[in-house]
Amino acid sequence: MSNTGQGAATARRVRKRPADQAFRGITTGAGVLILVVLAGVAAFLLIEAWPSFVAPAEEIPGEGGLVLYIWPLVFGTLLASVLALVIAAPLAVLIALFITHYAPRKLAQFLGYVVDLLAAVPSIIYGLWGFTVLAPATRGPAEWLHEYLGFVPLFAGPPSTTGRTMFTTALVLAVMILPIVTAVIREAFLQTPKLHEEASLALGATRLEMIRMAVLPFGSSSIISGSMLGLGRALGETMAVAIVLSASGGVTFNLISSGNPATIAANIALEFPESSGVAIDTLIASGLVLFAITLVVNMIARAVINRRTDFSGAS
Amino acid sequence: MSTTTSPPTPTESVEPPNGTKSLVRGTLPRWASWGALGAAAVLAGLIVRLLGFGVTPFVLSTAVLYAIGISGWSRWVEGGRKATDRAFTALVASAFLLALTPLVSVVVTVISRGLDRFDGQFFTYSMRGVVGDGGGAYHAIMGTLITSGLATLMSVPIGLATAIYLVEYGHGRLSRAITFFVDVMTGIPSIVAGLFAYALFALVFGPGTVNGFAGAVALSVLMIPIVVRSSEEMLKIVPDDLREAAFALGTPKWKVIVRVVLPTAVAGISTGVTLAIARVVGETAPLLIATGATGSTNFNPFSGQMATLSVFSYYEYASPGVPVDPSLDRAWTAALTLMLIVMVLNLVARSISLLFAPKAGR
Repeated sequence: MSNTGQGAATARRVRKRPADQAFRGITTGAGVLILVVLAGVAAFLLIEAWPSFVAPAEEIPGEGGLVLYIWPLVFGTLLASVLALVIAAPLAVLIALFITHYAPRKLAQFLGYVVDLLAAVPSIIYGLWGFTVLAPATRGPAEWLHEYLGFVPLFAGPPSTTGRTMFTTALVLAVMILPIVTAVIREAFLQTPKLHEEASLALGATRLEMIRMAVLPFGSSSIISGSMLGLGRALGETMAVAIVLSASGGVTFNLISSGNPATIAANIALEFPESSGVAIDTLIASGLVLFAITLVVNMIARAVINRRTDFSGAS
Repeated sequence: MSTTTSPPTPTESVEPPNGTKSLVRGTLPRWASWGALGAAAVLAGLIVRLLGFGVTPFVLSTAVLYAIGISGWSRWVEGGRKATDRAFTALVASAFLLALTPLVSVVVTVISRGLDRFDGQFFTYSMRGVVGDGGGAYHAIMGTLITSGLATLMSVPIGLATAIYLVEYGHGRLSRAITFFVDVMTGIPSIVAGLFAYALFALVFGPGTVNGFAGAVALSVLMIPIVVRSSEEMLKIVPDDLREAAFALGTPKWKVIVRVVLPTAVAGISTGVTLAIARVVGETAPLLIATGATGSTNFNPFSGQMATLSVFSYYEYASPGVPVDPSLDRAWTAALTLMLIVMVLNLVARSISLLFAPKAGR
């Protein structure tokens, strides 16, 4: 402040204002701090998980060693999330289309707001809802699936009497990630160049043909990246799964029976408060695995998004 | 307004000279979709009535009948392409309604179950010494306010400073790395953030250190990237003209940022911060691990476990008392309170951006 400088020296001295230097330093420091925090997340988890890597197999819960403990959890996590994504992604594309290209403009704005709001509903609420409303409601359909499609391994059954199955969990996860996936895809569809749309309509295309020729090619990478973000959410979702899924461990593709593989996040939430010693280190190790999986999924999603912004034809 | 068989009027005026085939295909009347929808509903109602099913099959069969009916009718009158288009419209609309069903169900369930205990006692009593009926979530509400407040106090300065760095200073590899990793950080599972805080405090203050501040640290790991992203967007749309005008008057750069750029973007930044608070205020998993739970009121975030609304709701559901109902009622009311807080924060955010947005001439 004091050395604003006068005369010919100004140009040189402007660059050396201490307040400017300090401000630049502070903001840069904050940015670096974020990198440090992210590295710290990995480092601290690694340090705390280390004892479980070197502990003898008998001390790990389940007494089968670390890999045998974590592998079924990884399987359950991937199964639940991928199922949820398979249900949610096509729906999200259709909803995004409805909001951007079918609903009246006023209604569309309101619907966009509602979607954003639903993305903010706490996960514990979805969990309580899934346990109280959805789980009992899936018993009938699950029995039907078992009776008529029982030869498919997915529906081998016998159907669970509580409805707290992998099937229900995937449905709850699908409902939870639907808003976020929809929001990403909707943003991209809104940015479709108006000229492309109008050109194809002017050539006599119906609305569906216009969507196929102008909107979907433009938004295809956003469908992928939105799905990946949704997958990341589903992988890390904790409370809803912990409440809805009645897990008994093991690896099975049977979606409707009462024996279900647990997921990493839900297992941590359920076991952590009652654990101590090596058990806690093991849980932290499983958290590290979850961190690595979501990191990879998110990096792929971001890479796809960044490519889109580099090469998209939008002005 | 005759429906289908007689060719519509415009066809006659453009009759091709050889008189073989019309150049213009027929179109369905304007009321076609609503009429078909009504017919489908009546038909579905009859079927469902005869077979004795409930509401869900009725809605489903209405949708299916409508899609088949309208596309069949349209294929006959308007041709294949229009028919496909109409079938797809039906598909898009029913997908939207299908997705709306669970979301409406969530809201209705939370409100109807939560209203039972939505009373004065719930907001003024803690759970200290409460067995069975009664008790409240005063301690949990306070805990939620304290942890979210501390998280906001930590996240906003760091997030805002980083956003300023990215927009005003950063050009090289560092800024690209920060942008990338902030994006990656948005995807950190909340439970991993909780484990991070637990591990950090275990290493620094000894194993098993669980308190409100650890929860706040976990929440800020989740909150910082949201603040960075939203503030960055807002700073980017501040017009360069403003910056250049201030520079031309000889203002130092830091002063331009603090006195010109930030005030212009303050509405958008507050909206982003409010939405970020709404995101973390309902987090359960990190607090479950890093903050713990207790039945009594604890105002000190640096010592002892602290109850929070979401964890309170979870434990009332997961380990209920001996008559189960009072606990479950409390769990639902806590969930309702949480949802109301999130809704109010969202509404506040929208109003800030509506009321204080700079008048941008477009």
